[in-house]
Amino acid sequence: MAQNIRLMQGNEAIAEGALLAGCNFMAGYPITPSSEVIEILSSRLVRIGGVCIQMEDEIAALGAVLGASLAGAKALTASSGPGISLKQEHIGYASMCEIPCVIINVMRGGPSTGLPTLPAQSDIMQARWGTHGDHAIIAITPSSVNESFYETIRAFNLALKYRTPVMILTDEIIGHMREKVVIPEKKDVEIIDTALPDIPPEEYKPYNFKSGKVTPLAPMGEGYRYHVTGLIHSETGFPSQKIDIIQDAQKWLYDKIYKNIKDIEKFEEFLTGDAEILVVAYGSTSRSARQAISMAREDGIKAGMFRPITIWPFPDEQVSRLAKRAKKILVPEMNMGQVILEVERNACGSYVRGLNVVNGEPITPDMIYASIKEISSL
Amino acid sequence: MEKTKFDYEKYLRKNTLPHIWCPGCGDGIILKSLIRAIHKNGYAKDDVVIASGIGCASRLPGYVDFNTIHTTHGRALTFSIGIKMFKPRLKVITISGDGDALAIGGNHFIHAARRNIDITLIVFNNYTYGMTGGQASPTQPKGSFSTTTPFGSIDQPFDVCALAQAAGATWVGRSTSYHAVQLEKFISEAMNHKGFSVLDIITNCHISYGRRNKMKSPAEMIKYQKERAVNVRAAENLAPEAMEGKFKTGVLYNKKDAPEFSEEYYRVLESVKAK
Ligand SMILES: Cc1ncc(C[n+]2csc(CCOP(=O)(O)OP(=O)(O)O)c2C)c(N)n1
Ligand code: SF4
Repeated sequence: MAQNIRLMQGNEAIAEGALLAGCNFMAGYPITPSSEVIEILSSRLVRIGGVCIQMEDEIAALGAVLGASLAGAKALTASSGPGISLKQEHIGYASMCEIPCVIINVMRGGPSTGLPTLPAQSDIMQARWGTHGDHAIIAITPSSVNESFYETIRAFNLALKYRTPVMILTDEIIGHMREKVVIPEKKDVEIIDTALPDIPPEEYKPYNFKSGKVTPLAPMGEGYRYHVTGLIHSETGFPSQKIDIIQDAQKWLYDKIYKNIKDIEKFEEFLTGDAEILVVAYGSTSRSARQAISMAREDGIKAGMFRPITIWPFPDEQVSRLAKRAKKILVPEMNMGQVILEVERNACGSYVRGLNVVNGEPITPDMIYASIKEISSL
Repeated sequence: MEKTKFDYEKYLRKNTLPHIWCPGCGDGIILKSLIRAIHKNGYAKDDVVIASGIGCASRLPGYVDFNTIHTTHGRALTFSIGIKMFKPRLKVITISGDGDALAIGGNHFIHAARRNIDITLIVFNNYTYGMTGGQASPTQPKGSFSTTTPFGSIDQPFDVCALAQAAGATWVGRSTSYHAVQLEKFISEAMNHKGFSVLDIITNCHISYGRRNKMKSPAEMIKYQKERAVNVRAAENLAPEAMEGKFKTGVLYNKKDAPEFSEEYYRVLESVKAK
């Protein structure tokens, strides 16, 4: 059968991936370089009978997404820098109340208004720690348009499976670049859907901290009446101040993600088998890193790349496994050094160097190649 | 003859009681009126969503047996909009304090009104931040005292109803926690209205507001409400000076058959589908 191949922009791929995943609700607020996502869905969602609304700000957008998700929608919001800062309060609410949602951050440069039209990778730590209080989150860094499509589908699956916010971190480069996407048939893709719990309403508890299994979220209005609060709550959903419940409730938010890291993690290795210099690169920067490694290999330098696709939870085990052999690690990123902090924690004594570019320009293969050359002679 | 007692327990989550409200707080009177109004309108429990923000008033949803959401400070309307748009068949009620609805939530308030979305917003207007101990509120009367206006407020307060109407709400009313019977009637009417309805309820917080404003007891605060509330029809015949320090109660605005947001949205959806 002929493959369905289409040329599209990264932001469009996110919208199309969301639709294939069954997304039926989007609320957003325009911001460069993410606006195409809401623009495309404003038309596409209406055509398939879904809801797409432009709200009064980003806080409202995520609030509407969470409300819809509680009612059983597969819901998405998209934004960038300043808008993602505004969303933080409701990201915390989604974590605490375990409400599935997908949040797209098409990263742009700088704090505040920064560089609206230029790329950066400077929201990696914000994605992990941006909202207050202890919590865990899943974040994914696609490196191509095709991957933006498939990882958006996976983001919806993970959000539902683990009842958590999932953030997709692309950047202005991937968001606006055009590449081919191989569009699959819906039946060939694994899709997790919202469903009614398989127990009757009288027995339903909206949370389960003990069994290690995530309780499905019952869509509101279907006979399962329960309470949702951002206060620490017991498994019944009602607020609790009992110290053992508080401990269990907070620990659960960590455990449900970190104890399932094998299921959540995703990465790619490129020529790591014999690598003495390991490049840890993600998102658009990994494209330059791949080419730089090929250039170094031509010079006989044994370089390889580890590319986290799931960036949070961070693949500690994988990085330390590779670090033990590599001895030298390079972490190129379009920020002042964020993922390098995670790499250093897992470096097992290896030498670690960052290559940090924050001028709004992509990191080129030549720049990474030069850094590899330099550390190979150390 | 003894009147048959209304069965509140049918709607209360007894496992979450006692409530956190101080003895004598007006919020309990509103809770009972809300329950009676829902009962009167005959909604099935499964079809009612009550969303609230943060504050004393916003603790209400925890006590009642519906689909309930205690959201973030000021932002309950945004959750309500998401629910209403995705499942328009649900009856969505939003509970807010005055700070919740009009300070931190002011932007969401005017935009929900602008859309005329079919949600009933009940503002528990106690002129203060009850939960955090009595700081200034955007509805606090000029010259009144709070912990952050210890020398008297110099702010111009919001008139909740005028603001709602100007922003596009199509049903606007005001009552007080003294007028418990009227409250039930107005809540019922607001919920029956198709469009964005706002009920401003002047309620008493003797703990955080009253004791700083020469009204230490709930009784003094109830008396204040009784003396200052002027029925909208009576107010028509009063000179502006006579209304000084008073407020109008009643159904202040009721525009029927205005386009409602979720209906309009689904109408567009149908017309696109037909093409
Ligand atoms: C973002 C945020 N800011 C501040 C607070 C602290 N806070 C909790 S309740 C409240 C004010 C409550 O006043 P109001 O909305 O009038 O309700 P009341 O308690 O009087 O019923 C504040 C400021 C908060 N919870 N969240
Ligand atoms: S502080 Fe005021 S508003 Fe809060 S429960 Fe007490 S009396 Fe009611």
